[in-house]
Parts: sequence; C-alpha cells; structure tokens
Amino acid sequence: MKSHLLRPVYVVLGIIAAILIFRMLYVPKDFGVHERGYMYGWYRKGNEQEWKAVSIKYMTTEYCKDCHADKISMITKTPHAVIPCENCHGPAREHPSDPPKLSIDKSRNQCLRCHYPLPYPTSGRANIRGIDPEKHNPDIECAMCHNPHKPGLGG
Amino acid sequence: MFSRREFLKNTIKGAAGLALPLTALELITPEMILALKQDSAKTRWVFLIDTYKCVGCGFCVKACKTENEIPYDANVTRTWVERYVVTKDGRLYADSPKGARDGFTTNKIDLGLGNYKDIKKEEINKAFFVPKLCNQCENPPCVQVCPVGATYQTADGVVLVDRKWCIGCGYCIMACPYGVRFFHPVYNTAEKCNFCYHRISKGMKTACVEACPFGARKIGNIKDPNDPVTVTILTERVSVLKSEYGTKPQVYYIGLSEEVR
Ligand code: HEC
Ligand code: HEC
Ligand code: HEC
Ligand code: HEC
Repeated sequence: MKSHLLRPVYVVLGIIAAILIFRMLYVPKDFGVHERGYMYGWYRKGNEQEWKAVSIKYMTTEYCKDCHADKISMITKTPHAVIPCENCHGPAREHPSDPPKLSIDKSRNQCLRCHYPLPYPTSGRANIRGIDPEKHNPDIECAMCHNPHKPGLGG
Repeated sequence: MFSRREFLKNTIKGAAGLALPLTALELITPEMILALKQDSAKTRWVFLIDTYKCVGCGFCVKACKTENEIPYDANVTRTWVERYVVTKDGRLYADSPKGARDGFTTNKIDLGLGNYKDIKKEEINKAFFVPKLCNQCENPPCVQVCPVGATYQTADGVVLVDRKWCIGCGYCIMACPYGVRFFHPVYNTAEKCNFCYHRISKGMKTACVEACPFGARKIGNIKDPNDPVTVTILTERVSVLKSEYGTKPQVYYIGLSEEVR
C-alpha cells in the first residue's frame, strides 16, 4: 500500500494510544472494583481513608468528667442529666488546649428548643413542661433564675 | 472534498469517541463475580429512629453541621428534622425551618415565602417530629447513576462521595428519592450524610446520636445479633421510608405515619 494511505491510520492509532496512556497516568492504582461489586463498588479505595481522617469535634460528656466533675455531679441529679454538655457549650475539640474555653450560650432560644410549649401529643415534646416566652419573665436570661445544671429553683 | 484540517478534526472526534467505551471496558475476573455474590462483611451499619421520643430540639442538626464542617449558615444540612401537624379538618402541615438547626421555638408552621400558619392546640389531631438522614440504601440509586465512580458503597454499607473524583454533575442529587444529597457550598461537590464515617470507624457513635438527649436516634450493626438496635429492628414493628422504590433503605423508624414523605 502507498504510505499516504497508511498515514491517517497511524494518526488514529496514535491518538488512541495517547488517550490510553493519559488514562493510565491519570487514574490512580487503587481505582477499581471493590467489595460491593461492579455496580456499587467501583471507586478509588484511598478515599475511604480520607473520610476516616476527618477530625472528631464532639468528645462527649465522658470527656469532661475529669475536670468539670462538679458540674457533672450537679447535673446528674436533675432532669437535665440527659443533655450532653456539648449541646449547650459547643464541641470540645482539644479543649482546654484548643480552644482554651468553651462557649457559654445564655440565649433564651437555647432553652426554648425544649421548653417552648408545643402541644404535640405523640411526640416527646408533650412530656416537657413548657413556658410561654412572652409571659415567663421576658427579656431576662433564663440562667439568671434557673441554673442550667440544676434547673429546679433553689439551685 | 474535505480539507486536511477537517479530516484531522473528525479523526480526533472519532478516535476519542471510540476510545471512551474502550477505557470503560474492564476485564471482569471470577474473583469479582464472587465478591458480588458473597457478603462476608462483619459490619453493616444501620440506623434506628424513634419518632415518639423526638422533641424537635434540633441539637442533632447543630452537632452534625459542626462535626462535618457544613457551613453553619448555609441552608443545607446532612440531617434535618421535619415537623408534621395533622389538623382535625384533615389537613397536613409540615415544615423544617433551616433543617431545624435551631429547633422549633414557635407554634407557627413555616409555609414558605414568608407565610406562617398558627395552629391552636384544639385544632390538632396528631403532631410529631421526624428526623431524616441518608438511608445508606442496600441498592443505592445515587451510586448507580454516578458516571465517574465518585460515589460508592463501602463493605460496611455506607455510601461515600469522593470529593477529588466528583465532577459535580448532580445526577446523584436527582436520583436520590429521599432528597438527602446537595452540593457542598465550599467544595461544590455532591455531599451527604455518611453516618459520621470518621467516628463509627473508630468505635464512636455519630455526632447526631451523641447529641440526642432522648435516645431518639440510634446507630447499630445489623450483622451483630446482640446489638440492641438489631434486636429492636428484628423483633419490633419498624418501617422504612418509600419502600416502594426498591432501594432497601437502612434507616428504620418506630412510629412512622402515612403522612410522612
Ligand atoms: C483537661 C481538663 C478539661 C477538660 C477535659 C474539659 N475542660 Fe472545660 N475547662 C478547663 C479549663 C482549664 C478551663 C478554663 C477555666 C478558666 O479559665 O476559668 C475550662 C473552661 C471551660 C468552660 C468555660 C468556663 C468559663 O468560665 O468561661 C466551659 C463552658 C467548659 N470548660 C466546658 C467543658 C466541657 C463541656 C467539657 C467536656 C466536653 C470540658 N470543658 C472538658 C479544663 C477542662
Ligand atoms: C441546657 C444547657 C447546658 C447544659 C446541658 C450544660 N450547660 Fe454548662 N452552662 C450553661 C449555661 C447557660 C451556663 C452559664 C451559666 C451562668 O452564667 O449562670 C453554663 C456554664 C457552665 C460553666 C462555666 C460557668 C460556671 O458556672 O462555672 C461550665 C464550666 C459548664 N457550664 C460546664 C458544663 C458541663 C461540664 C456540662 C455537662 C455536664 C454542662 N455545662 C452542661 C448551659 C448548659
Ligand atoms: C434538650 C432539651 C432541654 C433543654 C435544651 C433545656 N431543658 Fe430544661 N428540662 C428538660 C427536661 C426533659 C426537663 C424535665 C421535664 C420537666 O420537668 O418538664 C426539664 C426541666 C426543666 C425545669 C424544671 C426543673 C424542675 O426540677 O422542676 C426547668 C426550670 C428547666 N428545665 C429550665 C431550663 C433552662 C433554663 C434551660 C436553658 C438553659 C433548659 N431548661 C434547657 C429539657 C431541656
Ligand atoms: C425572673 C426569673 C426567671 C426567669 C428569667 C425565668 N424563669 Fe423559669 N421560673 C421562674 C420561677 C419563679 C418559676 C416557678 C414558678 C412558676 O411556675 O412560674 C419558674 C418555672 C419554670 C419552669 C417550670 C414550669 C412549670 O410548669 O413548673 C420552667 C420549665 C422554666 N421556668 C423555664 C424557664 C426558661 C426556659 C426560661 C428562659 C426562657 C425561664 N424559665 C426564665 C423564674 C424565672
């Protein structure tokens, strides 16, 4: 065959080879079919590690007990014992090294999440005594009168 | 006649078109087929939600957004809580302002577009809260539609998104019958609840489970017959959302009602 007829064939083969080489270099080694099969498990395995490496922010109430034992022993005898400390004070992360202090949210809304009266019979909300925020000592922080760690009066 | 320029253009298009299916072609080995059939994993994460216990405080949503670095003020969230109110005249009202990040601190139902509906106690037949999150389906449609292999299911049943691989086409967001996927406002890739994979893989519970004061949310391993969550799912009356889609969702609910969509 004459060479000018073969030339376009070389061009086509060259382009295909270039695409395959690019793919080989671009697609990582751990990309392929894994445990969940071709339909659900076709992915880059290394990504699982990336997700596992996300930092943990919420350390749970267990974490506070060595340093704030007073607060814990206070709250455990009250109905607020079920509320994790970090719900009201934010994530501990590496507290007390970073951040050195946790936030203290004294807003009335913080308490109204549970104490706004919603008469919903088949929800847990029905079991919590509510107060009407417009009538129950408006404009004063709840913590002025109720200790959040010992909400009953006289605490 | 066609010019050399045109010839080269068409060649590149044609070759690229031919090469595409070629690159997608993978050799299927017997091991791969075996892997498909046998299910040897020791762990399969599932979730259990008791709607009777939920008070709608929204602490789970707050914790989730912080733990998983979802911009706090963006109106997207991996988990959210819906409020359902059914009135005596048979009407259904449902809302979830900011995904219930700040809880429900008013009687007024958010109807959208700045309209609110104040419902009096006497008008209510039933009312309750329903927390929602990714169902980590056994047959996840979001994974099937991904054209690049950026979303996938791990051996322990959690569906993850590869942020480096995601091209942001949004197919998975459209494919999810539960509407749990959205675009992450910072990375602009598909985003969803992953049962706090970084926590559960270290033996901890998810941030939302830890935040719930009333035990309305629980995570468990359905492969472990002694896990209390497994016992509840196997011995009590539980249901799942939209079972008719055949996705086999793995978030089980106690106290679902037909009003919940
Ligand atoms: C290793 C000891 C340690 C642990 C663990 C610890 N804290 Fe602290 N915390 C401190 C110290 C020290 C301070 C600073 C006290 C100060 O400067 O008055 C502090 C300050 C605080 C403050 C602010 C007090 C104020 O007066 O401003 C809060 C709120 C707080 N911690 C909550 C928590 C919670 C909730 C946890 C558990 C998730 C926790 N801490 C775990 C040592 C600890
Ligand atoms: C319902 C919300 C709530 C919960 C739950 C809660 N706190 Fe507090 N906490 C507050 C508020 C509000 C204040 C501010 C009180 C004030 O100014 O009188 C506070 C203050 C504090 C302070 C600093 C001020 C002080 O009185 O010494 C510490 C330390 C603290 N809390 C630790 C804890 C720990 C530890 C837990 C878990 C056992 C916890 N809190 C649970 C709401 C809460
Ligand atoms: C996570 C939900 C939740 C939050 C947030 C919450 N509480 Fe409570 N609170 C409860 C529950 C549950 C009870 C017990 C049920 C009851 O007594 O009605 C309770 C009881 C109380 C009581 C009655 C205590 C008694 O012994 O009579 C007071 C007062 C109170 N809370 C004040 C507060 C204040 C102030 C805040 C904000 C700092 C707050 N609560 C935040 C859930 C919550
Ligand atoms: C000025 C002081 C004061 C402030 C501020 C205040 N309370 Fe009270 N609260 C009281 C007193 C006094 C009682 C007991 C008498 C009563 O039932 O009214 C009480 C009772 C309660 C009860 C029990 C109600 C019942 O039916 O037994 C709850 C719950 C409560 N408060 C929550 C809150 C919350 C939430 C806030 C903030 C939004 C708040 N309080 C702010 C003084 C206060």
